Amino acid sequence: MDLQGFGHLLISGTWITIQLALASLVVGLVFGLTGAAAKLSNNRVARWLATGYTTLVRGLPELLLVLTIYFGGSQLLMWIASGFGYDEYIEIGPFIAGVAALSIAFGAYATEVFRMAMMEIPAGQWESGLACGMSPRRTFFRIILPQVWRLAIPGLGNLFQVLLKDTALVSVVGLNDIMRQSQVAISATKEPFTFFMVAACIYLLLTAATTGFTMLMEWVANPAARESRG
Amino acid sequence: MTWEWSVIWQYLPRLMEGAWLTLELVLISGLIGIALAIPLSLMRASSQFWLKALPFTYIYFFRGTPLLVQIFLVYYGASQFEFVRESILWPILKQPYWCAIIAFSLNTAAYSAELFRSAIQAIPVGEIEAAEAMGMSKPVQVRRIILPRAFGIALPAYGNEVILMLKGSALASTITLLDLTGMARTIIARTYTPLEMFLAAGLVYLAISALIIGLFRFMEYRFNRYQYYHHTDTPKGLDAQLRDPHIDQ
Repeated sequence: MDLQGFGHLLISGTWITIQLALASLVVGLVFGLTGAAAKLSNNRVARWLATGYTTLVRGLPELLLVLTIYFGGSQLLMWIASGFGYDEYIEIGPFIAGVAALSIAFGAYATEVFRMAMMEIPAGQWESGLACGMSPRRTFFRIILPQVWRLAIPGLGNLFQVLLKDTALVSVVGLNDIMRQSQVAISATKEPFTFFMVAACIYLLLTAATTGFTMLMEWVANPAARESRG
Repeated sequence: MTWEWSVIWQYLPRLMEGAWLTLELVLISGLIGIALAIPLSLMRASSQFWLKALPFTYIYFFRGTPLLVQIFLVYYGASQFEFVRESILWPILKQPYWCAIIAFSLNTAAYSAELFRSAIQAIPVGEIEAAEAMGMSKPVQVRRIILPRAFGIALPAYGNEVILMLKGSALASTITLLDLTGMARTIIARTYTPLEMFLAAGLVYLAISALIIGLFRFMEYRFNRYQYYHHTDTPKGLDAQLRDPHIDQ
């Protein structure tokens, strides 16, 4: 396949896509853990807020989220900032808007994954931790979280694949990712099929790598299964 | 920040036109998607390697790449080839409407085929063996036992897939179609009220998802009636003539 010298452009786009996906993953995991903690808490307002968050976001198209944050976000931020007496112009770039939109979407689904995983942990695990004299916080970090992690990894792996594919949407607001760079190459070469096919293959490679990495993480997070295999 | 409720009311009829196109895209590509998914899933559930390999490759490609790439491949990509532009299909392939439907159908077919396959494999072996014992041929088994059972098992998961398709249909706006998102973007370009218009569009999307979820709950209740059946005792004072001797003595 002849890329006519546009290979380096696609590679730089791939790098931007990877950065966007990883940044959204980190922020999205924070949203997901917070959301799950809120859904399982005794505080009614927190539960109500978390339920509203997941219901709303899971019913909205990701593209609409990206567009809203990119085109409406600066307006909203300037309005909030003016409340604090800051009246300068605030601009939200495509990368920040992309991370915000994708992590909000990822967080809504991750909330459910973490909630399910936390509910899977038997109450006896909590009780034995407390019986050993650990504080609830220490029990959570030493006993509960490592097990939640193990149960959540397969679900999170699937969500990360969805996130990776959704990064393509941010090209619509002008981020120089794989999609955008292929469009640049196409406008010069007039070969849309070739370059979109190359873009598709790059995404396939990335999702395949993610599958492999998820399997590795599952193996790392599950010492019991690892040992029993001998 | 100024907030204009009046803009939402003024342009609501236009947004509704967009919502209609969104529904149309989801419905048509959903139906084509199911029609493609059924043979794919049957092939995928087969035990012959060569029969499995083709749907596997198809499903792997469409589930592993973004929907945006798939739409662009159909809409922009097809025009790269001379033979496509000269074929009788070109009047269809040059319209964004049909390109969106082709891309959505192929995409949802891949996801639904995978759902249907796991549903087919979830049918208890005893039921297939029972059909076998009744002397049903393979095609009769597929038509009478496998497909209806798989449909019932796959229904809840398929409802989720339809919601994902609804969300994916927003991408039609990237190839100039005026669906709900596309319409909102056009109005915003004229009025510059992004927050108001996207909020209104978002609410319409939420309403459509609520509708789809309700529809699938109803369908699941109807189709999997046997799971919800509760035997109620015959009233004590019932006329002896009306009693069913098989149910209560």
